[in-house]
Amino acid sequence: MKSFQRRRVLRTMALATTVLATGLMTGFAGTAAAQERKSVKIGYAISKTGGNAGGAGITTLPNYQLWVKDVNDAGGLELPDGKKLPIEVIEYDDRSSAEEVVRAVERLATQDKADFILVPWGTGFNLAVAPLFDRYGYPQLAVSAVTDKAPDFVKRWKKSFWMLGGGHDYARALAAILADAKKAGMVNGKVAMISIADGFGIDLVTAARPAFKEAGIEVIYDKTYPGGTSDFSPMINEAKASGADAFVAFSYPPETFALTQQAQVASFSPKVLYLGVGTGFPVYGKNNGENATGIMSLGGIDPNNKMNADYRKRHEAVTGVAPDYWGSVITYASLQMLQEAIKRKGLDKAAVSAELASGTFQTVLGETKFEDNQLRQLWWTGQWQNGQFVGVMPADRPGASKVVLPRGEWKKK
Amino acid sequence: MSRILSSALFIVIVAALACVPFVADSYGVTLGIGMLGYVTLATAWALFSGPTRYVSLATVAFFGIGAYTVAVFSETIPYPLLLVTAGAIGLAVALVVGLSTLRLAGVYFVIFTFGLAELVRQLVTWYEVNVTGTLGRYIFLPVTPEGIYWQLLGLAAITFLISWWIGRSRIGLALKVIGDDEIVAAHCGIDIARVKLALFAISSVIITLVGAIQAPRWTYVEPTIAFNPTISFLTLIMALLGGAHRLTGPLLGAVPLFLLFEWLSANFPNHYSIILGLIFIAIVFILPRGVLAFAEENWRRWRKTEIKNLPAVAE
Amino acid sequence: MLVAALLSGLVLGGTYALVAMGLTLQYGISRIMNLAYGEMIIAAAFLAYVMFSTLGLNPIAGLLIAVPAGFALGYIVYGVMMSPLVRRARDKASLEIDSILATFGLLFVIQGIMLVTFGANFTSYSYLNDPVTIFGTVLAANRVLALVLAVVFGGGLYLLLTRTLWGTALRAVAVNPAAAPLVGIDVDRAARLAFALGGGLAAAGGVVISMYQTVTATSGVVFTMKALIVVIMGGVGNLIGALSAGLILGLVETFVATYVDPGLTLAATYMIFLAVLLWRPAGLFGRVAR
Repeated sequence: MKSFQRRRVLRTMALATTVLATGLMTGFAGTAAAQERKSVKIGYAISKTGGNAGGAGITTLPNYQLWVKDVNDAGGLELPDGKKLPIEVIEYDDRSSAEEVVRAVERLATQDKADFILVPWGTGFNLAVAPLFDRYGYPQLAVSAVTDKAPDFVKRWKKSFWMLGGGHDYARALAAILADAKKAGMVNGKVAMISIADGFGIDLVTAARPAFKEAGIEVIYDKTYPGGTSDFSPMINEAKASGADAFVAFSYPPETFALTQQAQVASFSPKVLYLGVGTGFPVYGKNNGENATGIMSLGGIDPNNKMNADYRKRHEAVTGVAPDYWGSVITYASLQMLQEAIKRKGLDKAAVSAELASGTFQTVLGETKFEDNQLRQLWWTGQWQNGQFVGVMPADRPGASKVVLPRGEWKKK
Repeated sequence: MSRILSSALFIVIVAALACVPFVADSYGVTLGIGMLGYVTLATAWALFSGPTRYVSLATVAFFGIGAYTVAVFSETIPYPLLLVTAGAIGLAVALVVGLSTLRLAGVYFVIFTFGLAELVRQLVTWYEVNVTGTLGRYIFLPVTPEGIYWQLLGLAAITFLISWWIGRSRIGLALKVIGDDEIVAAHCGIDIARVKLALFAISSVIITLVGAIQAPRWTYVEPTIAFNPTISFLTLIMALLGGAHRLTGPLLGAVPLFLLFEWLSANFPNHYSIILGLIFIAIVFILPRGVLAFAEENWRRWRKTEIKNLPAVAE
Repeated sequence: MLVAALLSGLVLGGTYALVAMGLTLQYGISRIMNLAYGEMIIAAAFLAYVMFSTLGLNPIAGLLIAVPAGFALGYIVYGVMMSPLVRRARDKASLEIDSILATFGLLFVIQGIMLVTFGANFTSYSYLNDPVTIFGTVLAANRVLALVLAVVFGGGLYLLLTRTLWGTALRAVAVNPAAAPLVGIDVDRAARLAFALGGGLAAAGGVVISMYQTVTATSGVVFTMKALIVVIMGGVGNLIGALSAGLILGLVETFVATYVDPGLTLAATYMIFLAVLLWRPAGLFGRVAR
């Protein structure tokens, strides 16, 4: 009896495997029917699992979902002839692996024959897929990629667009703030600086060293820590003892949160406190309340921009989470640019790329335009003021808030 | 006779696979690269870990070393030499590691190798940050996906030949004895340390080369990308699933699992993890000794029933 | 500076020890190499977060819910998934491979469920983030709590294992599962209990960690690996070993960060770990098997 059952189980298994295998084959062989177009295929590969999922899950993915919903609620993507086609989404998980993201984009381009492909999250992954976007002629609107090499990449991959600036931009803005504060006699011009040992941290810190030097700012503590560090008390103690009254950390979200907490414990309140990615997350403002005020970081928004405020409200209503104050709005704006370029030029990838490069677009950022395939209208430095993370640099950009220094002591709860 | 047949079959299969880029589209080639990559990794892994039963998680240490070597020297060393350099560095590291660690046993070896992979990653990171001042390197090599595919195919074929040859040589026999009982092996006069070291070195060099060959596809390499621990885990799971003690076991583990991953991530991007996990658990319960062992058992059983039936038909 | 480094190191090590103790029970006594251990920690951290942010329940009270829940989860997982594997295993090696594969699957299942429920976002809140001054060094209260809990759990369980009949039975199973039934010990029950205890400890670790560390649904592997290193370094199944190995790692990290270079902390961790293994291949407090 028992062996009979066992055999039946085996047979069922064999059957299941066959079915699965057949499904697999048909799945792979799925070809696009050459009927009349009923939708526009937009594909993307994004890190839903693995180490990059946290970043992709706040800056990139919710904006893709919001945009698709916005477009489809409005009847679809508008084409030059006024016809509207709904978006059909093809979504893959790259599992935070470079090999996977390359394969997924290849698949989107050749198997799914996506009309347009949205970018993955992260500098490294955007670079990994850049040759593919280029080979298949897709415009690549790389948002979450901070790189000083953008001018070179633009020459190498003509249809690539780089939208978040490079380390030098952010470092120079911070150096200018510090130099002004020193001139005003507010700070002593000494900086303690730590950075995460990965592409982002190193890019920024190598840009910051010469920028600070040029601005007459002295770096008296300069260390790098490996990703995954959870205890910063040794570094905070050293920075506190160093006599610097500005503390700069080019950090990632988990460390940014930990640094904020541990600085409070150590009663370390430098006059200038600048932290990395994660400072612009809404949860940061929520968790730290009053204590966030005065803390600076990359990014920011113009608090008086109505469109941006509307966008933030809609983002929270649709996706359930608030957008961050740095990359989120840029991501959404990049999608609006794509949408508008399609409306002007149709689904021809080359024409859309050319339009993106030369056209001017109305987005949630206001009037938006690429310069040499790069977005330069960005907030290089932002600061928490009155419960919002507002852009303070470049100071001469319309909508800029004034830097408020020094930031006060930590408030006890 | 069967030996000639199987070697002929091997040649035909390799030749057929070599023609794939001419008929398949670029996604097919990409799929092929991924599959060949894992087949080679799993076979190379099983080369050492199968017979000795030393479960190694150092795969990504060598894979990453290969990728990183290519990234570092891609501008200064011409391509074929680049692979040789990568292999040599892999060999050197493997010898150092092998000499110091092979006296560890069981789970201690497992975790040691994992620690090793992380250590290498941390050291590379530290070196890049403090000495060269950059992190993240660009690889702009004129290697086409087809080129990578053929190189991987060649490497896979060589790995198979090595694995096959070791299986029938004296070393293979020695290894089997080591795997069954090290003490017995030592009493038989087998120089355990040397055999294990040699095998570890061969396996590591192959793994290094896989990393080196695949790296140009990523354009950009940084330690978190090159030393992604998932690679170690996937290799191990694939080899164990197929059955690490047999020549074709890793192959039979790697190909279906790879296709399964691909299919799941395409069709269930949101529930990928859950389904994958359940399939894994199911595999452990249903195929306790690997796909190949499972197939063989049933094959034998079917054969037996056939033989039993034959005389009845004759009557 | 020296005192500060010493104390910060001990406090950091307390977290490592707390995280590792459950795993050492699961692996040492139940003989299950539980790769999903970190996911259990993260699940508890999420539970604490939800209780804190929606119900306003403070995490210390949350322990009273999370620990029994972790215990129950461990009990069920062992009963449903592990004991069939243990029963069919021919030897230690085959059980090891089976348990690695099965818990690898479990890892994905738990992670997937958390991804679907909580998304991939960074989750953090802060509780008890208050300065405590000990010997002139300012430490975070929540981290000190982790150290205290590690010492209490470690010491308490150690006494339980060495001083009670019940503990002796567990240790007997750890030493020789084949012979334990001969003296009337129900091996399956003992192993299940130890696995469940490990689950409870994992939950305790998760709740405490959630007070000061940021977690995501996918960060469990980091904890599994840290715990594995502590367990192996201390000697499998040895609570005091896990406690001391955890503290040593914490001290090493802090001293390297203070006196050498913060960039080398993790490298130093692995180096110490590898050195200990080369010096004592069965861990600090382990006995060589066979």
